[in-house]
Amino acid sequence: MYRMRSWSVRNARWLKRAYEGFETVLVWLSPLLRRIGYERLDKPFAAVEKMTKGVLLDSQNCGQCIVGFTGLSCPMNCPKKLRNGPCGGVRADGSCEVKPEMKCVWVLAWEGNKRFRENGYPIQTVQPAVDNRLVGKSAWLRAVRLRAGVDGSAMHEV
Amino acid sequence: MKFDDEPLVPGHPLPIRPGHYSPGRLERVLRAGAFAVTAEIAPPDSADPNEVYERASLFDGYVDAINATDGSGANCHMSSVGMCALLTRRGYAMVLQVSARDRNRIAIQGDVLGAAAMGVYNILCLTGDGVDVGDHPEAKPVFDVDCMSMLGMVRGMRDDGQFLSGRKLTSPPNVFLGAAANPFAPPLDYRPLRLAKKVAAGAQFVQTQYCFDMDLFRNYMAAVRDAGTHEKVFILAGVGPLASARSAEWIRSNVPGIHIPDAVIQRLKGADNEKEEGVRICVEMINELREIEGVDGVHIMAFRQEHRVGEIVERSGVLDGREPWRPKHDWEELAPSDDEVARS
Repeated sequence: MYRMRSWSVRNARWLKRAYEGFETVLVWLSPLLRRIGYERLDKPFAAVEKMTKGVLLDSQNCGQCIVGFTGLSCPMNCPKKLRNGPCGGVRADGSCEVKPEMKCVWVLAWEGNKRFRENGYPIQTVQPAVDNRLVGKSAWLRAVRLRAGVDGSAMHEV
Repeated sequence: MKFDDEPLVPGHPLPIRPGHYSPGRLERVLRAGAFAVTAEIAPPDSADPNEVYERASLFDGYVDAINATDGSGANCHMSSVGMCALLTRRGYAMVLQVSARDRNRIAIQGDVLGAAAMGVYNILCLTGDGVDVGDHPEAKPVFDVDCMSMLGMVRGMRDDGQFLSGRKLTSPPNVFLGAAANPFAPPLDYRPLRLAKKVAAGAQFVQTQYCFDMDLFRNYMAAVRDAGTHEKVFILAGVGPLASARSAEWIRSNVPGIHIPDAVIQRLKGADNEKEEGVRICVEMINELREIEGVDGVHIMAFRQEHRVGEIVERSGVLDGREPWRPKHDWEELAPSDDEVARS
């Protein structure tokens, strides 16, 4: 769904806000989620994520989503799997070096970053290399667990 | 440029001065404020060390460090680690290029330790060209880390003395960390920020893609200066002689990331001797780049014209009478001569 990908980047600002609201609800629900068991919930959550983010962002389900930093352009669509910005091979018209039929994922990411209209650019945060153990797992639940803390204690301000 | 504390044995580390990160010559030259010159050695498709020595000797007395490319253009050649191993033993200051395309984090960290142990004091972290443009398009692209996470990883090894996993090293690799920069590829307005991000990730020097478009490069450098990035990183501008208008056109449409303006190609077309004109353009560009505030040196990539690097350096006068370190030509003694081989 290549067309949806560009649409999402064009609408990066409110989509990011909408997700942040959703995540806050999940964090609020985290005691319940914890009681059901994160492990048990991972598969259904990952399936929902795959559907929604798959349609909207062409998400590749790396399980450690950083589209909030990349203007909603999924970096795993980059043939070089770059998570920190464009390589030097971007073609003059902004298309990908490896797949010329596609616009560079990072050209889109930069557009999305400008649309966020935040203080500073999230794209400037240095991202660590992918943890390959998380591929295919739910990134939402991971984010909730990171925010709520493993024991569910208050880390809501994060 | 000779330092008063040069080691007696070529290739042995220089003492690390306060505020320095490596025992290498390139960092010394740059921090001393000299306009540095580096060049790229063409890796042979051969297992013969003499081919490496001969290719390196073309630069003797003209460059401060030599880049050993790592399968550039995704083509298979002798490895950068192998070339560095040979040349550091002669005393050459090497820049080990490491591409994220072919190796994962386990292999890269191992290579960093091995290279540092062999006297490599400069490491250039690269993403690498996609495998599709090279001679093995059917190969598996690795890209386990990217150039940015690689910079952070190697910096962690050096400054925190540990692997990415957190496991401790008994002796950290004292390397001067480099990265590449392409000011000429879209998104142009993001490129200066990308440089700043690489500096934040650990880059201490950058070598840029070929500069053929001075206007674009000046704009880029203005943005870099506005952000103050030029004070945190040494910038070596990439240059190189074009062999002809035809080859320039071929490069422009086939090699990823190289931007050559029409004016340069027209100038080559109009020249009596295109090859000489290519060298002349290169010399002129070095002199223009030198005048740009924030440019600390040039990186000469004379693909298939390596034998002209010395001439380019001399004609540009870029060394200002300074003489970079050069090895004593005693390598013939170390390697058996043809006579000795014939006798044995």
